[in-house]
Amino acid sequence: MGSYIIKRIAVGIVTIFLVATITFFLMYLVPGGPFLSEKSPSKQTIEALERKYGLDKPVYIQYLNYMKGLIKFDLGPSLKMRGREVVDIIKTRFPISAKLGGLAMLLAICIGIPMGIFSAINRGKWFDNIVMVICTFGIAVPGFVVATVLMYFFGVTLHILPTRGLDSPAHYILPVTALAFYPTAYISRLMRSSMLDVLGQDYMRTAKAKGLSQFKSLFKHALRNAVLPIITYLGPALAYILTGSLVVEKIFTIPGLGRQFVSSITDRDYPLIMGLTIFLAFLLITMNVIVDIVYKIIDPRIKLK
Amino acid sequence: MSKVLLDIRNLKVSFFTPAGEVKAVNDVSFSINEGDVLGIVGESGSGKSVTAYSIMGLIPFPGKIVGGTIDFNGHRINDMTEKELRSMRGNEVSIIFQDPMTSLNPVYTIGNQIKEVILLHTNLNRKQANERAIELLKLVGINEPEKRMKQYPHELSGGMRQRVMIAIALACEPKLLIADEPTTALDVTIQAQIMELMTELKNKINMAIILITHDLGIVSRMCEKIIVMYGGKIMEQGTIDDIFYNPKHEYTKGLLRSIPKLTAKEHEKLIPIEGTPVDMLNPPAGCPFAPRCKKCMKICLKKMPEYTKISDTHYSACWLLQKEEYEKSTGVIKGE
Ligand SMILES: Nc1ncnc2c1ncn2[C@@H]1O[C@H](COP(=O)(O)OP(=O)(O)O)[C@@H](O)[C@H]1O
Ligand code: SF4
Ligand SMILES: [Mg+2]
Repeated sequence: MGSYIIKRIAVGIVTIFLVATITFFLMYLVPGGPFLSEKSPSKQTIEALERKYGLDKPVYIQYLNYMKGLIKFDLGPSLKMRGREVVDIIKTRFPISAKLGGLAMLLAICIGIPMGIFSAINRGKWFDNIVMVICTFGIAVPGFVVATVLMYFFGVTLHILPTRGLDSPAHYILPVTALAFYPTAYISRLMRSSMLDVLGQDYMRTAKAKGLSQFKSLFKHALRNAVLPIITYLGPALAYILTGSLVVEKIFTIPGLGRQFVSSITDRDYPLIMGLTIFLAFLLITMNVIVDIVYKIIDPRIKLK
Repeated sequence: MSKVLLDIRNLKVSFFTPAGEVKAVNDVSFSINEGDVLGIVGESGSGKSVTAYSIMGLIPFPGKIVGGTIDFNGHRINDMTEKELRSMRGNEVSIIFQDPMTSLNPVYTIGNQIKEVILLHTNLNRKQANERAIELLKLVGINEPEKRMKQYPHELSGGMRQRVMIAIALACEPKLLIADEPTTALDVTIQAQIMELMTELKNKINMAIILITHDLGIVSRMCEKIIVMYGGKIMEQGTIDDIFYNPKHEYTKGLLRSIPKLTAKEHEKLIPIEGTPVDMLNPPAGCPFAPRCKKCMKICLKKMPEYTKISDTHYSACWLLQKEEYEKSTGVIKGE
């Protein structure tokens, strides 16, 4: 296990450097620049700014400078939010998104898994049919529709829940619900199909033949096997949901990381784009390692290599 | 004369599939005495497993017992509640399934899976259950039992896993052990070892065994009584001698021709029964074997024959026998 983790960390570092390199040169190829969009500053101003941030240097020098910083966890200054470091921006905004995303995922797991199990054991009955309709709906409807409808209904029409910012616990309800919608539906469906698969396995028949109750065979023998696909899904899903959703953060006016992704791109804020991409890559890699370890704990057949 | 342990009368089990009713077991009757070994043979799909599962109340959805009675040890299984069935399963009646590779849960240790059944049906505490499990592993011939207890199914070979399944089945010293093709998935040498183990255990613990197989060779070595099933019905039943030396049913004769003789030379070919197994969704009105039977007569297609009693132990359902009997009783000389 120890050597596996060390190996994964090494591979992770290499991956992050590759991601950084590819992103860097892709950005360089895309036309436009960070200072163009502002109310057309003079040529001199632009040149001065480019000099200040080292954008006048040859691209390979820029690349080397960036990589030097990256090694020291220095992601450079933001070009748009003057005077702020990219690392700072991530540090202040990530916890906000992570809290929302974490709560949403927790909700999705707490609802999705029981719903999937219950659907599977009542396969073909009305409960299952209703859940399947809801899940298909939940997976098909885009996030902005869910968020808008929730906001309109509970915030605007009924006036029972706040819709802007995150000042009180009540403020969390709508954005968390909106965020949880898709993963809940997805987890339910995944859990259902995985459970159905497990229920048909020979060892479930063995469990019954031993005289175990349905409850015991379900919770001891089926659940542990059926939950494996959920674990696999949760790794990357968590990385994405923790880094925030543009739609939900925009609609509910939340200063999270999700909005930053999009604005950094439209702004051509090179260091911020780089920083966020690398951060997401880092989270994804970490989550995948965690998934592998959890998987190994649940399923002894898995060999970590 | 020993006591009747299991008595099945006119058992009918159907699967209600979207395509229609599949009469998987259709009017099956037999009984087993305490300590007996009964073999059920027949091609795949003939209803052997379903018959066995119905004894344990294990018939999978959409199957249902639609008729008949099952009495086990003086209790009517048909009338049992789920709770009563549970306390019987794995305790008084145990089953070993065909595929040892998939019958154990991959995420729990061998020890855990053996102890589970002990803790469920006995008053032993964890420590005692642990000791009992080790003892069982020794009993089924597994070396280093303490070490095996902590291993997972995937760390054991197929033969080992089937031994573990046997250990689980024997954990509560059942009165009846059902072995549903216990060696089909294993290779020949392991097959022999497992059968040997079962015979040995049978002599140690006085339990009855129902041995389901499509291998007549295995049956001849282990069983006292044999049931030959086809198309959800019993075609013939009798003792080993009845079935092997005096087969009366055309299907039994076909089965016997299809097994290799102990004296057979390498090049002697097996003669499989021609034709395809019966379509259970649309079974023939009469004898299920009629479409494949070389001696099929008009009446065979229309009506299922009654059982003809050949001796106290030997019964067979074939129109040829009925005809013979009729001719004997009326004194009509069998015309060529
Ligand atoms: N789960 C099921 N659903 C529908 N039909 C089934 C099911 N299980 C068994 N059957 C039917 O019951 C018949 C007998 O099956 P089975 O007892 O498993 O045969 P055997 O054990 O002799 O090979 C099969 O031919 C099949 O048509
Ligand atoms: S009853 Fe008729 S069809 Fe069936 S086995 Fe006998 S002779 Fe053949
Ligand atoms: Mg079978």
